[in-house]
Amino acid sequence: MTITKGIAAITLIAASTTAANAETLRLLTWGGYAPDAVVEKFTAETGIEVEVTKSNNEEMVAKLRATGGGGFDLAQPSQDRIAGAQEEFEIYKPIDLSKIDTSLFITSMLEATKSNTMLGEDVYGVPHVWGTSGLVVNTAMAGDVKDYTDLCNEAYAGKVSYRLKRPTLIGFAFSMGLDPFAAYRDPEEYKKIIDAVEEKLISCKGNVKAYWSGGDELMGLLRSGEVVASMAWDTGGWKLNSEDENITFVAPTSGALGWIDTFALPRKTKAEDAAYKWINFVMQPEIAAMITAEAGNFTASLGADAYADDALKARFQASFPPEAIDNINWYPTVPAGLEEMEGAALDRVKASN
Amino acid sequence: MGAHGKLGFILLASPLVLWLSLLIIIPHIDLFILSLQEKIGVRQYQTSFANYMTFFSEPLYLRTFLRTAFMSIVATVLTLLIAFPISYYIAKIARGRLQSILFLMCLVPFWVSELVRTFGWMILLRETGIFSNFLQWSGIVSGPVEFLYNDAAMMVGLIYTSMLFMVVPLVTTLESLDDSMIEAGYDLGGNGYNVLREIIIPHAMPGIVSGSIVVFMLSLGNYLTPIMLGGKDSLWFTEMIYSQFIVRFNWELGAAFGFLLLGLSSLIVWGALKLSGQTLEKTMG
Repeated sequence: MTITKGIAAITLIAASTTAANAETLRLLTWGGYAPDAVVEKFTAETGIEVEVTKSNNEEMVAKLRATGGGGFDLAQPSQDRIAGAQEEFEIYKPIDLSKIDTSLFITSMLEATKSNTMLGEDVYGVPHVWGTSGLVVNTAMAGDVKDYTDLCNEAYAGKVSYRLKRPTLIGFAFSMGLDPFAAYRDPEEYKKIIDAVEEKLISCKGNVKAYWSGGDELMGLLRSGEVVASMAWDTGGWKLNSEDENITFVAPTSGALGWIDTFALPRKTKAEDAAYKWINFVMQPEIAAMITAEAGNFTASLGADAYADDALKARFQASFPPEAIDNINWYPTVPAGLEEMEGAALDRVKASN
Repeated sequence: MGAHGKLGFILLASPLVLWLSLLIIIPHIDLFILSLQEKIGVRQYQTSFANYMTFFSEPLYLRTFLRTAFMSIVATVLTLLIAFPISYYIAKIARGRLQSILFLMCLVPFWVSELVRTFGWMILLRETGIFSNFLQWSGIVSGPVEFLYNDAAMMVGLIYTSMLFMVVPLVTTLESLDDSMIEAGYDLGGNGYNVLREIIIPHAMPGIVSGSIVVFMLSLGNYLTPIMLGGKDSLWFTEMIYSQFIVRFNWELGAAFGFLLLGLSSLIVWGALKLSGQTLEKTMG
């Protein structure tokens, strides 16, 4: 009897604390997507507190999986990590598009994200920030690195770096003239592509100084000149470019890889209204421009370009002439199960000598 | 035992029982059940030993485990060789204030986090780092030297991280050795080697064993040092567990790896105890 009473008391206490914090939005996002200034403005306008947790795609899915979609009220995974993860782990909740002010979005990007994050009849994501990954090159020391496979050029032995993650597999596949995205729905064909890339990466291993795992590590390697060319995100290249004009982001000839980070509702979200308020708030052009200034990437907000920093725009245009923009390979949604195949290949690359 | 005694016992034991059951036993049972789930389709699982079979059928996983275990054993032996003279000096030769200062100096690096200590090593060892620059400045080498990203750098990191856990038990056991025993050894005609082998090491054995077990387990379970200092060939078993859970969303295989790590490392410790003729009971006390 006492035990049941105790449990009842604990549940009551727990319930009352959540009730007291009802006006809190627990946001699971990337570094730079919720700058303090934006959060303060939002709190001043709506009275809702925002609790920001910084993460990355894999951790977001893992965290939501661990709790069955609880613990957070709004998450920001990339658009290719929604439908597959939903099918497999059921961690998201469909988005009610009537609660979102769609006039704030760039229409083409909103439609593309909607169709990519659709499972059955439901839409699970709307776009927020987009960008690309490609090459960051020290043009004074490695000017002829134009594509991913150039990283295996003997002239740069011991002076290149990349991550051992799926973007590297995809990038090398495109650079080798293969089309992994076309093979997404055909596991056997995809396996052949991954095997070919694995072989290439193993033969290329001697060129690699270290496989980087964090942004700061990569920055240190490039800044010191220990690494002259690497696979990286566009913003990393532009940030280094502001410090050293020789280093910049280069869109590879086989196409930069384009990603869109979205807004998605975790299945057990407790502050759905606050989440919609946050989405409509940050998609306003002036607010979106504040996020662009902090994160370095542009958003899907219509008209935010007008407020963006001129230096950033100049860097973007230098890295992306119009034909390079058309050449971007946008990630389609990852079908369930492919990651295991890629993971085994990456493990073998890391363990090889 | 009266009702009061019983209540006292329950109150005293409850933190331990709660700790063990809530944080160790229940999660482990949960993980074990997870490790027996074989994925056969989207949201479809069946009970089988498939995940354990994967470990033994894919040579990569077994090789990585063996490499991790071997490197951890080497790290343990090197830590013991370095820590023994230091501990002996602190326990037997240094006196009074010097003794406390030396002991404190072993402790001080542990006041900062492991991450910061590892970054410290990176600053020292990298190609544009302090060692490389010093060697170039002094004219010993002509170009930059890379010390980082190899097994030696990783070994340095592992030994540095676990040194304290070897020094503390060694100092404690050596301090309990009566000086007159050592003197008697010399009086009876022994030389330095005899005294070390016949008197000091047998007495210090419980400290050596408990220190070695702790250092071995810490090295085996280390995640940060191999990743940051080890470079491109240094796949560590814990890194594989992490990537199965977080990067590959394959919790079932990750859980199986976790249990294999637990089982195989316990087996190694048990084997080492048998080989050295020690038992856990003797070591504890």
